[in-house]
Amino acid sequence: MIDALLVAASKALVGAYPRWIGCAPEPRQRIYFANHASHLDTVALWSALPPALRRQTRPVAARDYWGKGALRRLVAGRGLNAVLIDRNREQPGADPLAPLREALERGDSLILFPEGTRNPEPELLPFRAGLYHLVAQYPQVEPVAVHLDNARRSMPKGSLLPVPLICTVRFGAPLPLLPGEDKAGYLERAREAVRALAPATTW
Amino acid sequence: MDTLDLNGFLRSALAPQRFWWLIGGVIGLLVLATLIGTLLARSRPGPVVENLNARIRAWWVMAAVLLVCFLAGKIATLVLYGLLSFLALREFLTLTPTRRGDHLSLCLCFYIAIPLQYFLIGIEWYGLFVMCIPVYGFLLLPAVAALQGDTTGFLERTTKVQWGLMLTVYCLSHAPALMLLKIPGYEGQNLLLLFYLLLVVQLSDVLQYVFGKLFGRTLLAPQVSPSKTVEGLVGGGLAATAVGAALWWATPFSPLESAGLSALIVLCGFLGGLALSAVKRSLGAKDWGEMIEGHGGVLDRLDSVVFAAPVFFHVVRYGFQ
Repeated sequence: MIDALLVAASKALVGAYPRWIGCAPEPRQRIYFANHASHLDTVALWSALPPALRRQTRPVAARDYWGKGALRRLVAGRGLNAVLIDRNREQPGADPLAPLREALERGDSLILFPEGTRNPEPELLPFRAGLYHLVAQYPQVEPVAVHLDNARRSMPKGSLLPVPLICTVRFGAPLPLLPGEDKAGYLERAREAVRALAPATTW
Repeated sequence: MDTLDLNGFLRSALAPQRFWWLIGGVIGLLVLATLIGTLLARSRPGPVVENLNARIRAWWVMAAVLLVCFLAGKIATLVLYGLLSFLALREFLTLTPTRRGDHLSLCLCFYIAIPLQYFLIGIEWYGLFVMCIPVYGFLLLPAVAALQGDTTGFLERTTKVQWGLMLTVYCLSHAPALMLLKIPGYEGQNLLLLFYLLLVVQLSDVLQYVFGKLFGRTLLAPQVSPSKTVEGLVGGGLAATAVGAALWWATPFSPLESAGLSALIVLCGFLGGLALSAVKRSLGAKDWGEMIEGHGGVLDRLDSVVFAAPVFFHVVRYGFQ
């Protein structure tokens, strides 16, 4: 019910049109990793997936934001079935990636924003290491680069209402870890893969 | 006096019948087009014919949506046009660069200007309907943007937002605003006038495309549009004008007046297509969107209506009201 409402709202406002450029919408276990500028990103990427894939795909969201307040908890929990992650390491010694590993071991796919925060600038932030650790530990899971268009303009950080602009969701080719590739190398390659999906703009 | 009243009575008694004649004509045209498209797909398959058939399929859907709204009446028609304005403005602004400081003015355009404009038509407040966006909107939007404190490209940004709003909301709303006109002897039939406008505009687009594909040699404005040709404009424009003149019985016009007004609609529609092509190129795009298969975006289909509707509205208002 709530998930259907979220999908309908995001399609009506921002379109959330998928473009499967480097891979097909197949029922495989994947980690979709994308640029992050707006709360719309999560809902737009999730809505762009076909319903069957959507049911198997869980967005990763920050516990310090999405775990607060009844409405946010409702959207993240009942709506998106999100995996909440402790990005501030509130409990020292605990593994912040543990809930993600749990989800992957259950066979779910994940939506991950490796920039770690909503980025107000067009240039991508350096990717955080979590993506690399998951890709290295679960080689059978396909990492897929995704680029989201216009979400920053539609609903920038700090705004309450989204402006209806068409948000195109571009899915790139799977990006497995190369033999012997180190953390910094892989994260830079992943970042470049997201950047390469961005449409050419004349402005 | 007697004859005038009788004339008015006869016209309104005949209105539903005339409406169905027009619908029948449109369905006949679409059946013919579908047949030709199917035959062409068999004899000369290729991307051009594929695109043609996609366009014809989209035409069936567009005609069906319009028909349902016409039958449902005034409010449904206003809601449909409000929705078209929403989709067209969304396409326009998706291709237009804006900054964080434009967020509030953009919200005002979508969430206030669009409903307000169609609401004013609904309550038949003509004075505010023609003034609201070009006067109050014109002054309010830059002021709101200035309060956000970002001066980078300020004039360019506000200009583009104003342009989008004027085209996709203000100009487009003049099509359903035809329902506001009070033409003696034509009471209760204004939806036919809207039907007439749309039929002539869209037929002119289609016929220009067909004449252009068949006989097009001389490009009219090669830098702006690779598909507009002199032969297409003249052939398609004359044919659409002839059809418009032949439809005089559905309008309050005489055959000659109907020919003149059709020619005006064709000319404005052509100029609209040309001007919006130039805007599109300057934004670095080929189509406004991908919403209608074969046609591009909603604005690709509406570009000629956007220019023809206000001119047609005011000419009819001054000449026949």
